[in-house]
Amino acid sequence: MTGDVRAEFVAALGADAVLADPVELRAYECDGLTGFRVVPALVLLPRTAAAVADAVRICARERIPFVARGAGTGLSGGALPVANGVVISLQRLRSIIEVDPVNRRAVVEPGVTNLDISRAAAPHGLYFAPDPSSQQVCTIGGNIAENSGGAHCLKYGFTVHHVLSADVVLPDGTTAVLGADSPHLGGYDLLGAFIGSEGTLGIATRITVKLLPKPAAVRTLVADFPSVEQAGDAVTSIIAAGIVPAAAEMMDAVAIEAVQAALDAGYSRDTAAALIVELDGPQAEVDIQFAEVRQLCQNHGTTNIRVAGDEHERALVWKGRKAAFAAVGRISPDYIVQDGVVPRTLLATALTRIGELAAAAGLRVSNVFHAGDGNLHPLVLYSEAAGELERAEELSRAIAELCVDLGGSLSGEHGIGTDKACSMPRQFSEDDLATMALLRAAYDTDGICNPGKVLPTPRLCGEKPGVHRPHPLEAAGLIERT
Amino acid sequence: MNSEPLADCVHCGFCLPTCPTYVVSGQETESPRGRIYLMDLAARGEISVDEAFGGHIDSCLGCLACVPACPSGVRYDKLIESVRPQVEREVPRGFADRLFRRLIFALFPYPNRLRLAALAGLLYTRSGLRTLLHRLGVVERLPSRLRALEALLPPVGLQALFSSVPEMTPGRGEVRLRVGLLAGCANRVFFGDVNAATVRVLAAEGCDVYVPRDNQCCGALSSHAGHEEDGAERAKATIEMFERYRLDVVVANVAGCGSALKEYGDILSGSPDFAERAKAFSAKVRDITELLAELPARTARAPLDLRVAYHDACHLANAQGVRSQPREVLRSIPGLSVHDIAEAELCCGSAGIYNLVQPDTAEELGRRKAENLQATGPDVVATANAGCLLQIRRFLDEGITVVHPVQLLDASIRGVALFATADLNAKTRERR
Ligand SMILES: Cc1cc2nc3c(=O)[nH]c(=O)nc-3n(C[C@H](O)[C@H](O)[C@H](O)COP(=O)(O)OP(=O)(O)OC[C@H]3O[C@@H](n4cnc5c(N)ncnc54)[C@H](O)[C@@H]3O)c2cc1C
Ligand code: SF4
Ligand code: SF4
Repeated sequence: MTGDVRAEFVAALGADAVLADPVELRAYECDGLTGFRVVPALVLLPRTAAAVADAVRICARERIPFVARGAGTGLSGGALPVANGVVISLQRLRSIIEVDPVNRRAVVEPGVTNLDISRAAAPHGLYFAPDPSSQQVCTIGGNIAENSGGAHCLKYGFTVHHVLSADVVLPDGTTAVLGADSPHLGGYDLLGAFIGSEGTLGIATRITVKLLPKPAAVRTLVADFPSVEQAGDAVTSIIAAGIVPAAAEMMDAVAIEAVQAALDAGYSRDTAAALIVELDGPQAEVDIQFAEVRQLCQNHGTTNIRVAGDEHERALVWKGRKAAFAAVGRISPDYIVQDGVVPRTLLATALTRIGELAAAAGLRVSNVFHAGDGNLHPLVLYSEAAGELERAEELSRAIAELCVDLGGSLSGEHGIGTDKACSMPRQFSEDDLATMALLRAAYDTDGICNPGKVLPTPRLCGEKPGVHRPHPLEAAGLIERT
Repeated sequence: MNSEPLADCVHCGFCLPTCPTYVVSGQETESPRGRIYLMDLAARGEISVDEAFGGHIDSCLGCLACVPACPSGVRYDKLIESVRPQVEREVPRGFADRLFRRLIFALFPYPNRLRLAALAGLLYTRSGLRTLLHRLGVVERLPSRLRALEALLPPVGLQALFSSVPEMTPGRGEVRLRVGLLAGCANRVFFGDVNAATVRVLAAEGCDVYVPRDNQCCGALSSHAGHEEDGAERAKATIEMFERYRLDVVVANVAGCGSALKEYGDILSGSPDFAERAKAFSAKVRDITELLAELPARTARAPLDLRVAYHDACHLANAQGVRSQPREVLRSIPGLSVHDIAEAELCCGSAGIYNLVQPDTAEELGRRKAENLQATGPDVVATANAGCLLQIRRFLDEGITVVHPVQLLDASIRGVALFATADLNAKTRERR
């Protein structure tokens, strides 16, 4: 990148919004998936939507690849920079523009955290339903890009179900409003295509989200089971009984150990699996179904049921569950968070097969997952210092592909990003992928908007399918990945 | 540096929203995760410890909000403490920066010098010189660091400046404990009232109170700023000083000092003569609110009809984990209501000498804190740390008094109105 272009960024955004110091750039070289690292040429920190458009316009004119970045908590390498490209951080666009309790919606900038939307809505008895475990830190921009979910997606759906419209800067630097306040528009659902596009169709700069009223009653229990399979069967039976829990989450013994080490959230240490079931809705309905759920857990051999007695205990149950990934850092130096979906009825099979794969690889796998919709998060534990990284990556990939083989999918909510781009052909036919590429090219003719993510490229997946760590030259910023 | 704790960071980012410098700048390098990442790269020799690196370490408030926020158990406190000396050694500072830092380290740890400076400050405000310079716009033209120093001058009265508490105050009734109080350096000069209230409350609750006169700075400022050796020397002197009194408990009423005293065991763990003594000493240290919450109350408490917004001082809440006790102590006063504030975990920007060396960030944080405090509509703001008291007072609207919780308890036990602080308010106003 020439000094002139850099000067132009400075002129457009201000000197304090352009980072070029080699040390500072290193801090942006990865997101939540730290195995992939690429140092960008510049990091831009615009303060306004107009400044984002200015920055993208310069990129478009100069054909400089750019990558949007929210809080950098993504787990699929979606915000991995491109060498010689720029990172456009949305962390200075953090205002909540409006909370409209009458129409139950909020208008926010992309850098606002998921939890801050709910906090702002709380005085009106409202909240923003998607609740990724990272909700206190991840941004709504990132949520849109990944179509993030959370424990309560079982009943309430994913981000895509809760966004009304988005102002976006398209890859050529022009702007557009996708969606509208009215829920039913004619024509193609361009907002729907944008949500879940992992930052490859443009940058969202202003988002209108739906808010829901807080349920009248909420009840939560934690049931211990002597095996993960039994807990899985209990979930299947709950759903077969016609109950739609607000959440049904499971943690295995390793995850419980980690959570209890991080904060005492009251989980039993001596159990093989803990199943969290939460019901919400009108009081009478919740009470009746809660009794049914207890009975079903008992039918499937629960050894102990703990009911959260008050709001504080309930919050603690969730705090523990949501800290689970990060807490695993206490019991393992490194780990990979995998994310795959299997048909719910095959949960037990999937878990057994994962156990076998782990044993074969000689590594530990901990399972934390959204049991209600079959969304697994196997955590592959390893030590980079002990040279286990490659084996761990292979195991992790094998698990994702196992999910596809069982009739599920490669990703439930963390996205494809860099991590799984090469596994895409496993799930999609060549025609499918070509169609996706066409859609992408319609927005991004020059291929500068988060290139190298989602779709497999020969350069990325080239000679040795699957092994896709940055080439040393790439890591050194000498070649780029397109 | 020790790279073990570095490996604990899993890059999840859960610490980001609690970090004041990140909240203000939105910059990864100004976040705990970013700082840890850079420390890790430096430890591996992938980046050099240069000015850019040092800048992001210097800008860390040391508020430790990131420690309780971390599910992975990263000991950021250890990390920052071990990297600061390295920055001090390896990053050359500009002339003005060096001079200013030297001024602070030559001033604050020495009560006599500080008193002299405060006296000069008092003359400056009382003589009308301050008003004149403000009117002439001279102050506005000062570099922001000097402006911060100027604005922080607390509204201290002559009497308070030279007041001191007796070396020994006998406890009332049957004596329950022998308690030592660290008078503090800046605290002693600027907050003689807080010390006096602490002694009165402890004595009323049946504690013999000892306040050593030869009290030097406990080393908190030095240790938190990376001056390791100076910090260790001061720790030894403080331990020796208190050992003379055969105490059951050593009390601090400044959160920053209290957390330093509690760290002596760690700081001196490598010293053959002091390791054991330091450990025993640290085990005796309590914040005043901790001790008061532990001791079943003996005194009757008169009602104070006040709405109190409580601000968690970082070095109390994050470094010492003392959150519930000050609230409990306040709630023991009839008629008084305690209100928690939004963004409670965000530092007020005081953080030791931070508001002096990084005044712009500190000012933004101070305003933000004041807004959040004011949103609860308080009569009084209470916080258990001298630095926070100074910093917050600067940004609050007129009419809201800022006090240490122990001052409220003292007023309640004695059944008097909060006269001393009302007086203080009048002075604050006079200065504006
Ligand atoms: C401990 C932990 C727990 C997690 N739990 C969950 C969970 O329960 N459910 C879940 O779904 N995810 C979870 N995640 C993954 C992650 O938090 C989500 O994917 C989140 O939405 C990412 O948001 P972010 O702001 O960090 O985005 P980033 O990681 O910064 O970016 C993610 C992607 O979004 C793009 N992007 C960012 N902002 C914009 C924008 N304004 N416009 C367009 N594109 C943009 C980036 O280019 C990138 O491709 C978890 C992560 C961690 C570390
Ligand atoms: S919360 Fe802890 S593990 Fe997560 S990024 Fe911060 S320091 Fe690292
Ligand atoms: S100590 Fe405070 S300022 Fe420093 S990184 Fe942690 S939260 Fe941020």
